[in-house]
Amino acid sequence: MRSEFVEFVDGSQAIARGALAAGCNFFAGYPITPASPILHHMIRELPKVGGVAIQGEDEISSIGMCIGAAMTGAKSMTATSGPGMSLYSENIGLAIMGEVPLVIVDVMRLGPATGGATTVGQGDVQFVRWGTSGGYPIIALCPTNPRECYDLTIQSFKLAERFRCPVFLLTDREVVATMSTIKIAEYQETAQSHDQAPIVEKSGDDAFVPYGINSPAEIPHLSPIGGPHLTRFTGSTHDELGFLTKDPDKVARLNQHLAAKIEARRDEIESVFSDLQQGATTLVVSYGITARSAIEAVHIARQQGKKVSYLVVYSLWPVPENAITRALNGIERVVVPELNLGQYCLELKRLANSASSSPRPDVIGVHRVDGELISPQQILEAIR
Amino acid sequence: MKAEYVTYRNESPYPFCPGCSHTLILDRLNAALGKLQLDPHKVVIVTDIGCSGLSDQYFKTNAFHGLHGRAITYASGMKLANPELKVIVIMGDGGCGIGGHHLLSAARRNIGISVLVLNNFNYGMTGGQHSVTTPHGGITSTTRLGNLERPLDIARTVAANGASYVVRTTAFDKELPNLIAEAILHEGFSLLDIWELCAAYYVPNNTLNRRTLEDLITRLEMRTGVIQKEERDEYARAYRKQTALQIGKPTLRSKSLEPHFKTGLDHPIRIVIAGAAGQKVVSTAALLGTGAVLSGLYATRRDDYPVTVMTGHSVSEVILSPEEIFYTGIEQPDLFLGLAPEGMKFSRRQFAALTERSTLYIRRDLLPIETRARTIPLDMGRVSKKEAAIVAVAAMLHHADLYPMPALQEAIRLKQRPEIAGETVRAIENSSKVIAFG
Ligand SMILES: Cc1ncc(C[n+]2csc(CCOP(=O)(O)OP(=O)(O)O)c2C)c(N)n1
Ligand SMILES: [Mg+2]
Repeated sequence: MRSEFVEFVDGSQAIARGALAAGCNFFAGYPITPASPILHHMIRELPKVGGVAIQGEDEISSIGMCIGAAMTGAKSMTATSGPGMSLYSENIGLAIMGEVPLVIVDVMRLGPATGGATTVGQGDVQFVRWGTSGGYPIIALCPTNPRECYDLTIQSFKLAERFRCPVFLLTDREVVATMSTIKIAEYQETAQSHDQAPIVEKSGDDAFVPYGINSPAEIPHLSPIGGPHLTRFTGSTHDELGFLTKDPDKVARLNQHLAAKIEARRDEIESVFSDLQQGATTLVVSYGITARSAIEAVHIARQQGKKVSYLVVYSLWPVPENAITRALNGIERVVVPELNLGQYCLELKRLANSASSSPRPDVIGVHRVDGELISPQQILEAIR
Repeated sequence: MKAEYVTYRNESPYPFCPGCSHTLILDRLNAALGKLQLDPHKVVIVTDIGCSGLSDQYFKTNAFHGLHGRAITYASGMKLANPELKVIVIMGDGGCGIGGHHLLSAARRNIGISVLVLNNFNYGMTGGQHSVTTPHGGITSTTRLGNLERPLDIARTVAANGASYVVRTTAFDKELPNLIAEAILHEGFSLLDIWELCAAYYVPNNTLNRRTLEDLITRLEMRTGVIQKEERDEYARAYRKQTALQIGKPTLRSKSLEPHFKTGLDHPIRIVIAGAAGQKVVSTAALLGTGAVLSGLYATRRDDYPVTVMTGHSVSEVILSPEEIFYTGIEQPDLFLGLAPEGMKFSRRQFAALTERSTLYIRRDLLPIETRARTIPLDMGRVSKKEAAIVAVAAMLHHADLYPMPALQEAIRLKQRPEIAGETVRAIENSSKVIAFG
């Protein structure tokens, strides 16, 4: 790597820079280890681009302010850790229901409640998926190093705007706080956001239909509050105009729409890195900080002459089923290391059960909840 | 010429019970908007949850209907992002209870939103339960024998906490349109605590009516009228004023480094620096990594220290490698720097894993210690605490020949302010001497 430009950087900086590159101009957050460095960066940086960054009185107000700002057209982001995620819960539902483009960074720590504030964990994987009432889909991306923190933060903003829904950047204490060497040339994403088709101008104040769609999967246009159209936002079950409704047809249409807009575009979201070896019968599937151990374990296994495939999942939610199903082809043993008691391995079990190969692959979880990283050795033992 | 807005109401009839004062208040709001002739595109009505929360649907302005108790948070976000907006919050006494903290914070910030509290002493929407404003003795579905709590004085509470325009009155006040208009025009945080009748629950349960409503205010010794009116900086504008000079300053960029030193290191080296708060372990580890990067190596650094940062252990783990580093943990260190008992204790497992092939650099005063590692005592006698880590790291660098010393010096100059960098570079000049016979 001699004479290529590089940097030595941590994930919190990379996330802040990614947000700036994506055009983020509103941030509100409440201090919490290990997410506070992101708050500090945003408080310092956003005024330089004419944006606003504020410490809310709690997590509820922080995400609330972000939602309000987003509906006036700001590009909003907030960041927290497990306890704060719990307080975000109801407003995550609001962002889903009202179709708010919003980036939520969850820097995972270990355990329930206050847990281990400065200890690494990956326990929020299912929590971000099912973190609010109703059971509607969200999008979650998961970086493994600072470069991906940058790229996936930008991608989070793009997806949030494209899909008008909360997008989670699921990170952990290690990914955010650990410094790594990154080759500058390897940053992939450049600043550009999703282009919305222009809103067809009609005359009159009633012309704009805030939740107007022609088919369930269509994503309605966002016209910012304070902009050219009178518009309505609501977190209650509503019709296309944003008025409360109990009309079963409209109710069904809305609720199906919230899922369909994501379901129909899984391909746009799906993002993995796969390195599949011909003839391999073992597949390691990993994400976040644990993927770094998995990659090292696979390298060692291959040096030992074993055939092993691996897959790093960047788009945790929705589950990249196409890529995983493809990778499962011919596999007998799936190893899923994660810093929890087995969460994403549930998804692998589901997919393995419907795999076409017979016998169905075994799914083996490698878990650790003592605050230490899963070591390559631990994964090697499961690879066999 | 601007068109004249005859009404800000749309055609929908109100949904409220006969006799509910919400109807009355919304008509007064419409009258106030009519007086002000505001462009409806620049007006947003933000509602809470409850019967009062239905209100936004009857106006031809922008509307935002959020969660129970949180209307003020959305309103604040909108005002912060777009200070041109006239943001009007309509919430009930229930919302003021569950979202009390937002009320206080908005008042303290003096953020330019106008809050109309439709205060009917109970939760209308959910069946007439008691709220924070239910009078002592009040009968509700959850205080069947009389409320044992004292009512919250919303108006004086926000006034005491910095709200710059505060009014208490009743839904029957003829002046209400003027008072609402004044609140909307007011730059800072304004709140109208509007006492009113819930025809479905509080009225029948407590024989309240228009006349006894006024008696109630007198009995509770709560003043009506304008309770506070002052000019103070509005938050969204104050923020912009305060940060104006920041605009255009260079933002966080990658501190790009060009590796130009050479090293013969051909395998990964795993280093644990086990020190204590005040020894600058974490920043020193970053310097060690940066120097490696300047020498064409990959590096990682992870840390651990207690949340009480000025005491206890401070430990950094640094990996240097000619190849990309994936796993950042260290089970078996190649080099271990023992700088303080706190760090030694924290890293005891890694210390125990040292082998004959590991090297332990350790302050002489921490000896004797049992280990299989090759032990190199460090004579740190006259080194100040804050330079302990960097001097020890420099000594290790010398001794283990990881990469050239000038790379570390350059890292110091890149990362530290010039005054400090000079001192640090001087401090490590004689670092090789801390190793006896080094
Ligand atoms: C988090 C949450 N808890 C409870 C409720 C149920 N709820 C709906 S309205 C309401 C009380 C509303 O009372 P108030 O704010 O006084 O409005 P009113 O109906 O009297 O106008 C409650 C508790 C809710 N919507 N959300
Ligand atoms: Mg009420």
